[in-house]
Amino acid sequence: MEDIKPKLLKVTIDGILVEVEPGTTILQAARKIGPSVAPPAMCYYQPLKGSGGKCRACLVRVAAGSEKDPRPMPKLVASCLTPVQDGMVVENETNPQVVEARKGVVEFLLLNHPLDCPVCDQAGECDLQNFTFDHGLATTRYEEDRRTFEKQDIGPYVQLHMTRCILCYRCVYTADQITNKRVHGVLNRGDASEIGTYIEKAIDNDFSGNVIDVCPVGALTDKTYRFKNRVWFTKPVDAHRDCPTCSGNVTLWYRGEEVIRVTARKNEWGEVTEFICNTCRFEKKKTSDWTIEGPTKISRASVISANKYRADEIKPTFGQRLAAAEYKPIHDERDTSQLNIRQLPPERFVQTVPSAE
Amino acid sequence: MATKILTEHVNVPGIETFDVYRKQGGYTALEKALKTMTPEAVVEEVKKAGVRGRGGAGFPMGMKWSFLAKPEGVPRYLVCNADESEPGTFKDHYLMKNLPHLLIEGMIISSFALGANKSFIYVRGELMYVIRILEKAIAEAKAKGFLGKNILGSGYDLELVVQPGGGAYICGEETALLESLEGKRGNPRNKPPFPAVKGLYQCPTVVNNVESIATTPWIMNNGGDAYAAIGIGRSTGTKLISASGHINKPGVYEIELGVPVEDFLYADEWCGGIRPGHKFKALVAGGSSVPILPANLALKLENGDKRLMTYESLSEGGFKTGTMLGSGGFIVFDETSCIVRNTWNFSRFYHHESCGQCSPCREGTGWMEKVLHRIEYGHGHQRDVDLLVDVASKIEGNTICPLGDAAAWPVASAIRHFRDEFLWHITNPQEATQPGAVYRGEMALV
Repeated sequence: MEDIKPKLLKVTIDGILVEVEPGTTILQAARKIGPSVAPPAMCYYQPLKGSGGKCRACLVRVAAGSEKDPRPMPKLVASCLTPVQDGMVVENETNPQVVEARKGVVEFLLLNHPLDCPVCDQAGECDLQNFTFDHGLATTRYEEDRRTFEKQDIGPYVQLHMTRCILCYRCVYTADQITNKRVHGVLNRGDASEIGTYIEKAIDNDFSGNVIDVCPVGALTDKTYRFKNRVWFTKPVDAHRDCPTCSGNVTLWYRGEEVIRVTARKNEWGEVTEFICNTCRFEKKKTSDWTIEGPTKISRASVISANKYRADEIKPTFGQRLAAAEYKPIHDERDTSQLNIRQLPPERFVQTVPSAE
Repeated sequence: MATKILTEHVNVPGIETFDVYRKQGGYTALEKALKTMTPEAVVEEVKKAGVRGRGGAGFPMGMKWSFLAKPEGVPRYLVCNADESEPGTFKDHYLMKNLPHLLIEGMIISSFALGANKSFIYVRGELMYVIRILEKAIAEAKAKGFLGKNILGSGYDLELVVQPGGGAYICGEETALLESLEGKRGNPRNKPPFPAVKGLYQCPTVVNNVESIATTPWIMNNGGDAYAAIGIGRSTGTKLISASGHINKPGVYEIELGVPVEDFLYADEWCGGIRPGHKFKALVAGGSSVPILPANLALKLENGDKRLMTYESLSEGGFKTGTMLGSGGFIVFDETSCIVRNTWNFSRFYHHESCGQCSPCREGTGWMEKVLHRIEYGHGHQRDVDLLVDVASKIEGNTICPLGDAAAWPVASAIRHFRDEFLWHITNPQEATQPGAVYRGEMALV
């Protein structure tokens, strides 16, 4: 009997060797190594069949095609769609050509993007924002008018703001693959293309809310959550309920004691693995509806973790430590009982000298 | 007298009808192929002929055929790409309008060679009258037993379908064409898998240009070696060139590959020279997508040799001093034409025709068009020239399909060879925006 286990392929990405099964794409292999070498993906979404190849953010250089044919590939390839070969050598951010191409992609994606992050609900959990911070320039060379659209109403729960859209087609694939009938799609072509229902139809089905989760930018937003909060003020908590239509596994986003948003659970690459129904997402916003499992694991790179884990990373200088040691809190005798703010416990005011460790 | 393979009988009155075409020796190649040859032998002859794809990329047709996957129980398709929409190219239109039966005969031979029982001709939507001509010709061929079930008693069945396109340039890209043929939005597919493995309806498919397919009857009649004897090196056979622009005799010409550019441009047999009283300024040798060349580089190679009308000679020197044969859209500019305006015009076309699927092309083509528009209308900055080069370099090679390259090359090459003219537009906006104003500075006119 032959060994039925397929032979693992050896791939080197940015100098790190990884063994993967045949049929794996370069992007998946890189994700296996870890976030430090995984190329960014704006349109690729692993649970959605057929997605990928459009944004060109994940371009990598293949320095050697395979062990048998070690010639480099002539062009940069989309890592989300290119399957690995045995002995392939891939250069991600170690290659200046790739970095340059990604800089170009950021610039292209931002050309017609309104950059309204300060008022955008997606800010803080936006793929485009992360991608821009990693690879983009601080300035723009674009002087012309940006493309703008009227906000479109596509049903009671979802708001479409086409101006922010980067045309990743994820929501189109979601509607095709998760729901039984797709009523929206890409209209027109070139930089005039837009996501739309053509005659302002409402997207009305049990799973329509999932387009909000898959949208990499703030083009599709939750109407029950719009402008209510910023993601970094929230506390995500895993919870589940017995749902007749979906798995019922969700993340609840708390602000204080209030559930302000319900989303599907996302893995570390921001991908939803179990799509949830509209009842769970939009109508069950009380803690009593859910069985709480515990806090959601949040990456340290996330904006939700910001300013919470940094004490061990940034060592204060001697001067800072001295200043902190000599700092005396002002004894505030003002009466705050009239103000409608919650009193913090007194131990929060005690100053300690941060250690150098 | 130059050999004419495709257009030999084009001037015979009534050649578009079956009877006249048959009288001129039409459909004899089909009889020969179906009655005396195996499909493999047909492929072998085409391979020997070394026909290179006439749609623009120049990929050897025989090799493309031999890549076709042949799994059991899966239908195979042949699709003829007649979505000719490249600015400056109008040869397929001419061929289909005048010699519909040549294409149909070629389609039957090619389908036989590939084992396809249903083949498609995807014709550009604007050419409705050509579609009617083709459909009439197909009906004639069918009535005579050259199409349909059991063709000429050989047991081979073929159905030929003419499909009008929706009028998008991008549907001339083979995978976008297949998507459009399937009834979807004409977005190019990511490759691999190539159409030879997963094409139309996920079945193995060959997509060939009209002109490529139309060569097969001649190859069947005269043999692949006879075809390969015409031309120079790997550029074998003849090519239809759509000559346009500031020349005395614009039109479609069939030339043997290997004619010097200079002869083609000045000989009375072909273009007949630049229009009287004017000088040759620039040349787009293969349709709007290929790099533009200034007159001196168009006629002569860097080492002083004559540049020839072959795939190799035109691309001699890479993009620095060369261009491409492309689909044979030979556009000639005299000194009265403004390169900036022309580049903007090309760029406007690509902006309009980008499908909008991948970000570099969707956003980049629009950006280049806007910057070029600004320069043309006197609002340019000095830095815009380098900006255009940079944007073009970021589109080129990073897109799903070659439309991105096709949009970037004309801009990059125009700046490479005519930078002074762009700078003149920027530094002298008042003069440059006058109606009919053209750069008269130092340049190589011939």
